[in-house]
Amino acid sequence: MTVTPQRTVPPLVLITGPEGILAERALTSVMAEVRVTAPDVEVVRLQAAGYEPGSLMVHTSPSLFGGQKAVVVQDLDEASDELQTDLLAFLAAPEPDVTLVVTHKSGQRGKKVLDTLKKGGARVIDCPAIKTDRDKTDFATNEFRAARRRATPEAVRALIEAVGKDLRELSAACQQLVSDTTGVIDEALVEKYHGGKVEATGFRVADAAVAGNTGEALRLLRHAIATGVDPVPIVAVLAQQLRQLVRVGHAGRGRSADVARDLGMAPWQVDKARRALSGWDAEALGRSIQAVAAADFEVKGGGRDPVYAVERAILTITRERQGSGQR
Amino acid sequence: MTVWRDVIGQDTAVATLHRAANDPDSMTHAWLLTGPPGSGRSVAARAFAAALQCPNGGCGECRECRTAIDGSHADVDVIATEGLSIKVALVRDLVQLAALRPSVGRWRIIIIEDADRLTAFSDAPANALLKALEEPTPRTVWILCAPSVEDVIITLRSRSRHVRLRTPPAEAVAELLQRRDGVDAPMALYAARAAQSHVGLARRLARDEGARIRRREVISLAGKIRGVGHAIDAASDLAKIAEDESGAASTERDAAERQRLMEVLGADPTARTQPPHIRSQLAALEKDQKARATRYARDVLDRSLLDLLSIYRDALVLHTGAPIDLVNQDAMAAVQQLAQAMSPEELLHAIDAIGTARERIGLNVNPLLALEAMALSLRLPS
Ligand SMILES: [Zn+2]
Repeated sequence: MTVTPQRTVPPLVLITGPEGILAERALTSVMAEVRVTAPDVEVVRLQAAGYEPGSLMVHTSPSLFGGQKAVVVQDLDEASDELQTDLLAFLAAPEPDVTLVVTHKSGQRGKKVLDTLKKGGARVIDCPAIKTDRDKTDFATNEFRAARRRATPEAVRALIEAVGKDLRELSAACQQLVSDTTGVIDEALVEKYHGGKVEATGFRVADAAVAGNTGEALRLLRHAIATGVDPVPIVAVLAQQLRQLVRVGHAGRGRSADVARDLGMAPWQVDKARRALSGWDAEALGRSIQAVAAADFEVKGGGRDPVYAVERAILTITRERQGSGQR
Repeated sequence: MTVWRDVIGQDTAVATLHRAANDPDSMTHAWLLTGPPGSGRSVAARAFAAALQCPNGGCGECRECRTAIDGSHADVDVIATEGLSIKVALVRDLVQLAALRPSVGRWRIIIIEDADRLTAFSDAPANALLKALEEPTPRTVWILCAPSVEDVIITLRSRSRHVRLRTPPAEAVAELLQRRDGVDAPMALYAARAAQSHVGLARRLARDEGARIRRREVISLAGKIRGVGHAIDAASDLAKIAEDESGAASTERDAAERQRLMEVLGADPTARTQPPHIRSQLAALEKDQKARATRYARDVLDRSLLDLLSIYRDALVLHTGAPIDLVNQDAMAAVQQLAQAMSPEELLHAIDAIGTARERIGLNVNPLLALEAMALSLRLPS
């Protein structure tokens, strides 16, 4: 007599939340887990958009030969009324050999199905949006942790500054560092792999400008432009750094972890901003932001000399920084 | 009943168009209707088309009138673009169509609702159209619509007759909302004023409580901003309000369009990967949807800035004591407060700052950054 291993995945699984990369991973890991106890599982994927009424019934009805089935309904948030009706009908009388996995990005559509799934004891896997730098710091840290690697906070910070704009790119960068290097991942290593990115350049320019270091900021800017870097992302980073200074300054004296949570920033960003703030007052930051906004207008076609526009914004920032201490 | 019933507050323009539809000597083959957003350019264009097709000069009741107005008349084509530009390929198709005789009607009529978008990225679409205007086909009429004459390339302008629409009075818009949409009188007047007589916006405000709440939130930012930190927060609030509004509409529609396209292409929706020709079509659709979303988000933000602008203007009107109706009649307390807090010079400065932000966002400046610079200039004097 053969012993059928006990299934570990419940018959209903709900993967909910807008972050696509997390949802894909959740789906992959659920399917892998299903295959542990049912190696021959038959997998059917149904895309909500383009669903043909009745096909859920066809795919969930028991097959002649028995065996496990997994039906994946993707993007319930785009489901037609017919698909929702079919899902509710299935949930009212589930088939024992079927594992139903439903993904739902966001919104009210499909809410009744969601509620019924939850009431039916579905395993719920959350895939919240990864938006703030704090979320990204956690994400990258966990990527390294999952690969049993350690990365210094400075390395994570540099990585997010360089490639944090796109989560998939961040994830790919983490994988690359894991596979191409050994030992502790530090800032120098990240610099070596990703230091040439436009964003990394932008951060170096912004750091120098915010520190009041006119010569260094202009030198970095000219070097970047000379090597063909577009001024637009540099302006974006300048704006973002000044914005963070204002927000951290405005948030008051709390613990950096608390302030970071309130502002959706990473704690190291709060610490960095606090260090930079010591030479600034709020009015000077305000004037600097206005200068950067004017520069953005010029680099987007409102002015004749985009590079000069950025230089002027940098000069305004460093002058404001130097003036702040004396007021 | 007449076909001009819903063209409100436009007596002069209606007289011109009505005469052209009924007197061959006053008729010409190309028209340019201009007027501020919401003044009813598209409604006027359709009414004119109906009047041209109608055997009774625009009765508003016959089959010709009804189908011309609802856009289903075989010889009336309405081109409404949702992207930022009208593509040259589309114009070439239209020029070919224009060469054909009308199939059932008295005229072949082509209405281009956003003629300003003919020159968004290059002059090629406008030049393609120019040829058709230079060599008119006897029974073909072009009706171009745009916010102002300056928005239309001069070669097109000079070959068409210009009819100017004005902003209709709020009372006329309110009356239309009552009659056509069944909105009750006080709500209709509030919505017409708050929307500054933009008919479509007014209808939305009258019917959608969410839109009213968002507008109030925008207005309430005025006169609240004090420090630099507050200004940065206010800018982020404003960006968020606009984002919420534009995000709400598009998701469902995008999915439905994708489904329809898959059906048309006979694609298997369950397939994990689609064959290349279907993939490329889907990618093209996504690109269009993205362009539409960008334009819509920009429009929504611009509308929010117009809302914000209105309360500063009202405060300025209050200072001058001019007997003009306020846009924010329903929020007198807030207007008075703002007028007390800021001098006329300061209000003008604020109005300029909002105008600058609109101009910057129009040129693709990072919206949040443009709003931050604006909010910093809107701070109350300490
Ligand atoms: Zn008629």
